[in-house]
Amino acid sequence: MAQDDGHSDGPANGSSSGPQRPKRRLDSVVIRFAGDSGDGMQLTGTEFTRTAALYGNDIATFPDFPAEIRAPAGSLAGVSGFQLQFSSNEIFTAGDAPEVLVAMNPAALRTNLADLEPGGLLIVNTGAFKAKNLELAGYERSPLDDGSLSKYRVIPIDFTKHVTTALTGTGMSSRDIARTQNFFALGILFWMYGRNPEPEIESIKKKFSKNAQLSDANVKVFQAGYHLGETLELFDARYEVPPAKLEHGHYRNITGNEATALGLVTAAKLANLPLLYASYPITPASDVLHNLAGYARYGATTFQAEDEIAAVGAAIGASFGGAIGVTGTSGPGFALKQEGIGLAVAVELPLVVVNVQRAGPSTGMPTKTEQADLLQAIVGRNGESPIAVVAPATPAECFDIAIEAVRLAVEHMCPVAYLSDGSLANGAEPWQLPDPEDLEPIRASFRTDPENFAPFLRDARLVRPWAIPGTPGLEHRIGGIEKEDVSGNISYDPENHEHMVLTRQAKIDRIADRLPPAEIDGPASGDVLVVGWGGTFGALRQATLQLRAEGHAVGHLHLRYLNPLQSNVGELLRRYRRVVVAELNRGQLRSLLRDKYLVDARGLNKIQGKPFKVREVVEAVRKLLSPSAGVREGLHS
Amino acid sequence: MSEVIANGGEHRKLTKKDFESDQAVRWCPGCGDYAILAQMQKVMPELGIPKEKIVFISGIGCSSRFPYYMDTFGFHTIHGRAPAIATGLKLSRPELSVWVVTGDGDALSIGGNHLIHALRRNVDLKILLFNNKVYGLTKGQFSPTSEIGMKTKSSPAGSVARPFRTLSLALGAEATFVARAVDTETQHLQQMISRMAEHKGSALLEIYQNCPVFNDGAFDELKDRKTKSDHLLFLEHGQPLVFGPDDEKVVKLDTERTRLYVAKRGEPGGVEITHDEAVADPGLALLLARCTPPEFPTPIGVLRAVSEPTFEDQTLAQNRAAIAVRGEGTLQELLYAGDRWDV
Repeated sequence: MAQDDGHSDGPANGSSSGPQRPKRRLDSVVIRFAGDSGDGMQLTGTEFTRTAALYGNDIATFPDFPAEIRAPAGSLAGVSGFQLQFSSNEIFTAGDAPEVLVAMNPAALRTNLADLEPGGLLIVNTGAFKAKNLELAGYERSPLDDGSLSKYRVIPIDFTKHVTTALTGTGMSSRDIARTQNFFALGILFWMYGRNPEPEIESIKKKFSKNAQLSDANVKVFQAGYHLGETLELFDARYEVPPAKLEHGHYRNITGNEATALGLVTAAKLANLPLLYASYPITPASDVLHNLAGYARYGATTFQAEDEIAAVGAAIGASFGGAIGVTGTSGPGFALKQEGIGLAVAVELPLVVVNVQRAGPSTGMPTKTEQADLLQAIVGRNGESPIAVVAPATPAECFDIAIEAVRLAVEHMCPVAYLSDGSLANGAEPWQLPDPEDLEPIRASFRTDPENFAPFLRDARLVRPWAIPGTPGLEHRIGGIEKEDVSGNISYDPENHEHMVLTRQAKIDRIADRLPPAEIDGPASGDVLVVGWGGTFGALRQATLQLRAEGHAVGHLHLRYLNPLQSNVGELLRRYRRVVVAELNRGQLRSLLRDKYLVDARGLNKIQGKPFKVREVVEAVRKLLSPSAGVREGLHS
Repeated sequence: MSEVIANGGEHRKLTKKDFESDQAVRWCPGCGDYAILAQMQKVMPELGIPKEKIVFISGIGCSSRFPYYMDTFGFHTIHGRAPAIATGLKLSRPELSVWVVTGDGDALSIGGNHLIHALRRNVDLKILLFNNKVYGLTKGQFSPTSEIGMKTKSSPAGSVARPFRTLSLALGAEATFVARAVDTETQHLQQMISRMAEHKGSALLEIYQNCPVFNDGAFDELKDRKTKSDHLLFLEHGQPLVFGPDDEKVVKLDTERTRLYVAKRGEPGGVEITHDEAVADPGLALLLARCTPPEFPTPIGVLRAVSEPTFEDQTLAQNRAAIAVRGEGTLQELLYAGDRWDV
């Protein structure tokens, strides 16, 4: 994007009212909005992100919210946060710690303050610092008055008073007026970072087009927030974060769940087959269902099933009929689907199972991220029951890997688990749009010739024919009972069973033959190779870049294919003196790599429902780099 | 009569034999399933459906081996899930004739949720529920339709829970076609299978089926030539609810207490009802579904057959409507939607 498009100087900037403040240039900024779950923090964060992306910054976001839809107002449990980093450089994460914290009430301050960088900017809604809210947040005295915030640059603003003034005479209730405070905060931030308010005003009007009063009110308070920046002397400067130098192309801002839905419907188009997405609502996967429900005219049919088991069943039924059958869920639902996945293994039908992982076990922490379903995906069924497993690394990459999941399922007649996670699902980043012409078609072919047909007669890749109902002369029966190879007839023959178990495994293993080699980011060989998979990509990439900038021979290997692994993975692991597998679990990939390659891989593991911070990775790897490095705290051997 | 075009292009009428697969049937000698299979293979050629368009989907249990013996497309799936898998198939291939074969354990215990939701949605599935009131394949435990007090290996002191009334459950889900048959009433069973095939929407047929090994004689009263006319109430649309060797008994409606009772024909009191399977309100059908021995004869035949749009037709109509309004979407439109910027 051109730098001279004028967005950095909003129209209000030219006005001479208010003091002139210097404009400081920054490479990147990390902001966190925090408030009650009813305060609209997710919307505020999303809107700021959207305009930053449109402006040309690289962006990354991390929404962090409670599972309760509306926990009691003012309570610690009800605090909802949205962190974003926007930058003029390429960035990979939403930032380790915010430099700017917008706290809408005492509870938001209390739960988020520890993360704020010392010297960071703290914008506090003083209007919410009343006795009851202070008590709910566990403050005996107001932190605004007791000096406890002295290491931050505090900007106290009574949002409540300002929005009430802005909306006097509108006839709105004080309760409704209070609900506009998030747009007031957004206005302040727009002023601080020199963002053009006009497109946002248009966006508010569009978003609230069904409620003229609310639309007007939100525009008014947004403008009031913007103008406050100009008049309030508490702000000593404005900041500019110029656009990033992204690769040439078309972009849109996208979350992992949006990209997953787009990838699935695109894959169905590439295979020239209808898509059936069957799902039961579950956090954090429901948005995939919501998005696909809007894609009916692109060939997607959605089915909100009565339960998780019905959803996987319906997907298998659709595949049996010759459609792309996909089911989506999170960990607990994935557990419920395992018997169905086993059926798809046995009958060798295509099936894609989207698992947007969350913290477990059991219900766990539904809105918090984790990567603890890898083993569940690879070995979580009864019997020898191999499936392919893939995992996207970034929100935008969900698009490519969803297509890849469908491709493997259809071309190899097997189930594929697609492991996203909560941070990918809700996190956003700019997505460079592909040219549809460049996307490789998916080869889906149905058997039609009855001559010499047998349901389990395999090709060189051990793949059986997809013979769908409605094809004359191909009437046959399939089922979960062990079957004779080739004929598919029920068989309890011991030799045949062993042959079938080994054949189903070999069919999955042979997928590796088609995969591109895995690549290390960094030197061909070196001291420490950081291995990861899934949504930890951003932190691992940023950390390894930083370590290399410090002069260390550190590489990053990020796996998208977890089963089968790419053929060269073992060789890559041996090029480095040490291997660290960084995962948000107790070491599931590490176990697999150690088992398969007999490599002395260490683990960097975090199980807090939160992504890695860049500095956690950097510090852990530094320890390994020290000459005396052995088994140390934080690195599990 | 249906015809197939054989490889050489010749037209040939399908026969029972065309629907017999090459697999040896492996039910116990004397099992009621044999009779049901034979009736199905007899009816199938009469339906006018090319056999490649017919799919049998089953769950787990003795009854669920059924698809292996039909020379159509077949899918022997997992315990209780056949209606869910069949629903997915119907959503992707609405033109197929999809039959679900299940049992009392498969459909009413482990798969109860899928059954009621398939019926509630009115997916165009023909569901044959073989009810022998016992678990056969796992060797004789009580089932959700077993009578109170049934002693089995898992209920040595007698089972304590009330049995499901299958048809009440189906009507509770407002199934659009609800019927019952008995394995040995072969002509009637054929009629019922034909009626299901004609019905567009979820059709549930409960078939009382004898398990000679674990629950032999469960339906003897309905089968014994000497007693059955006193114990079977054949439902026929437009006909009175009469039974007995000389149709001398009648099931009447006590309008004050909204219940049915048995009376001699011609006796004063109550209201004689003409059976109406097509009435929209399932209330009377529910009263019939609750008729159980010894107080009542067992009604067999069609309790309810009403026409409502199917789930898959409505779902796919929504998809077509979306296309009608804005046209079939291209990848270019899909990917390049929303707020974009160029670098």
